[in-house]
Amino acid sequence: MYAQLVETGLKKVQSIDEMSLEEQTFQARIDAGVKIEAKDWMPDAYRKTLIRQISQHAHSEIVGQLPEGNWVTRAPTLKRKSILLAKIQDEAGHGLYLYSAAETLGVSRDGLLAALHAGKAKYSSIFNYPTLSWADMGAIGWLVDGSAIINQIPLCRCSYGPYARAMVRVCKEESFHARQGYDIMMSLAKGTPAQKAMAQDALNRWWWPSLMMFGPSDAESVNSAQSSKWRIKLFSNDELRQRMVDQTVPQIEYLGLTVPDPDLTFNADTGHYAFGAIDWSEFHNVLKGNGPCNRERLQTRVKAWDDGAWFREALVAYADKQASKEAA
Amino acid sequence: MSREWPLWEVFIRSQHGLAHKHVGSLHAPDAEMAVNNARDVYTRRNEGVSIWVVRAADIVASSPSDKGALFEPANSKVYRHPTFFPMPEEVKNL
Amino acid sequence: MAHLPDPKLAYLLRQGDNALILSQQLSQLCGKGPALEEDMALTNVALDLLGQTRMWLAYAAELQGGDEDTLAFLRDAHEMHCCLLVEQPNGNYADTMMRQFYFDTWHYFLMQGLLTSTDARIAQIAEKSIKEVTYHLRRSGDLVVRLGDGTPDSHAKTQAAADALWMYSGEMFLYDALDDAMVAQGVAAASAPLRAAFLEHVGEIFAEATLTLPDPSAWMQRGGKQGRHTEHLGFILAEMQFLQRAYPGAEW
Repeated sequence: MYAQLVETGLKKVQSIDEMSLEEQTFQARIDAGVKIEAKDWMPDAYRKTLIRQISQHAHSEIVGQLPEGNWVTRAPTLKRKSILLAKIQDEAGHGLYLYSAAETLGVSRDGLLAALHAGKAKYSSIFNYPTLSWADMGAIGWLVDGSAIINQIPLCRCSYGPYARAMVRVCKEESFHARQGYDIMMSLAKGTPAQKAMAQDALNRWWWPSLMMFGPSDAESVNSAQSSKWRIKLFSNDELRQRMVDQTVPQIEYLGLTVPDPDLTFNADTGHYAFGAIDWSEFHNVLKGNGPCNRERLQTRVKAWDDGAWFREALVAYADKQASKEAA
Repeated sequence: MSREWPLWEVFIRSQHGLAHKHVGSLHAPDAEMAVNNARDVYTRRNEGVSIWVVRAADIVASSPSDKGALFEPANSKVYRHPTFFPMPEEVKNL
Repeated sequence: MAHLPDPKLAYLLRQGDNALILSQQLSQLCGKGPALEEDMALTNVALDLLGQTRMWLAYAAELQGGDEDTLAFLRDAHEMHCCLLVEQPNGNYADTMMRQFYFDTWHYFLMQGLLTSTDARIAQIAEKSIKEVTYHLRRSGDLVVRLGDGTPDSHAKTQAAADALWMYSGEMFLYDALDDAMVAQGVAAASAPLRAAFLEHVGEIFAEATLTLPDPSAWMQRGGKQGRHTEHLGFILAEMQFLQRAYPGAEW
């Protein structure tokens, strides 16, 4: 998802007898559905895992502005431009809410950004792909934000209060994102032959990376199992991916487009779609930095930060001067 | 690393709201910019009218372990809640 | 340069084109701001200006034919009527904010005047825009003060921007026959009081910002309103108009 393969730092899921009294009380609260808040006692591993998860999510939102920012100056109508601008701005806002939530755990936003810029922090694989046509704006809103919603709605109920509340805020804005993406696809699909081809091409390029976004199968994953116990991961990667496929295939059919998967079949018994094999080597390579746009995305963020240093410093200097004047 | 902009908590009272609600936080170099930024970040959809910002460092919070002593007395005075007194259906406006 | 027969239409296009091109410039910075909060604030300004563009161009389309998009995406540079100030590049953030401040100051006093325009539709556009424009001016003025009176580096950058952009700050007040016709009809306010208000406000803010006000009698670049632009506009339009030009007649 936006936070993928989140490390817990643990080699196995803790059982009750391995837990200290504090940890047992903590786990009991989680099991009872009580929210953990910023000043509550929490195991160090829970705190660290959350910092990773929330900050990866935040970084994804910020980096995620860039693929769409690439087309905002070329939007084909004033209305589409307004809508896309608003969406990209929402993403900055989401990043901001999430950094705020992460900061409740005792880290600083500047520290998190430093890790991102140094290449030490992760963000979602999906944003390392290029946006090559206007149709990509449709595909991203529809498939990427659509997938994000599937992951984020359950997170509104996660155990950590500030994160859950940030998710509620994000979800309110996210459904507009998915709809505007699909709206673009509908316009293209019923447009000229060139537009329809543009839409199909975008779908061909974004389909598999979107499925990969949910992360590899985690049936054997210790991290996923522990995060589940802590209620900061509520469904498995496979469950979420299946949900996404099941809900999206009919949407593709409605558009009159083709799912770029020759192995896709509907299983009437299970009511689910079976789909073809995912190339996980591509996913792992993208996460390692070998995706089409990793370097450019990071360079853009680093440049914006570095170019902005004098601005940020100037505002601190001005504030200091005013504060001294008031004190005098 | 040069000095980070301090963290501020943002509280908004919406148009017909009764009280300011905590909506989140942001970074700003001083109070005036914090209010201005809060307008842009948290009221993009005209969600708010009155904005309060407080330096996060200035917020004094009760400790979770106080929950017993600070809040128990109120919990036992359950008659303070209107729902404790069911009213007959025929009686309106109470 | 085409001579537009209708002064009202020309006037609407001048306003709409200013907002359109300035919004386009700010959109380039989306996701690249010096801080998250500032990024969002600047994008808000771009969105506001785009909304205003649409109001102006919708009205213009009623007079000319077509719609807001045919006007925005199918006119070549010589048919555009924005002033030269909005075509100046984003540069560094001091350049961006100074361009914005000069524009916002003029824009604020313009809109104030248009609230009582004899053209009811224009008065309505002004009424819908005035809150935003007031906020934009407060914001850009505030940032000019902070950057001017920040660090020696920010001061130098801001003064350099003030000086470099000054020669583009006068065009809005250089009235031609079209502008005069609008004043005569009570549609728009006269130039002299607008410029006086502009100079007074810029002077106040610059004083607070410890910046030196450039010479008000300096030579001002001109021609944008009449369709004679800088070299920047061609590139701005090439990027902005590409899809509509490459796929003529398509619906998006």
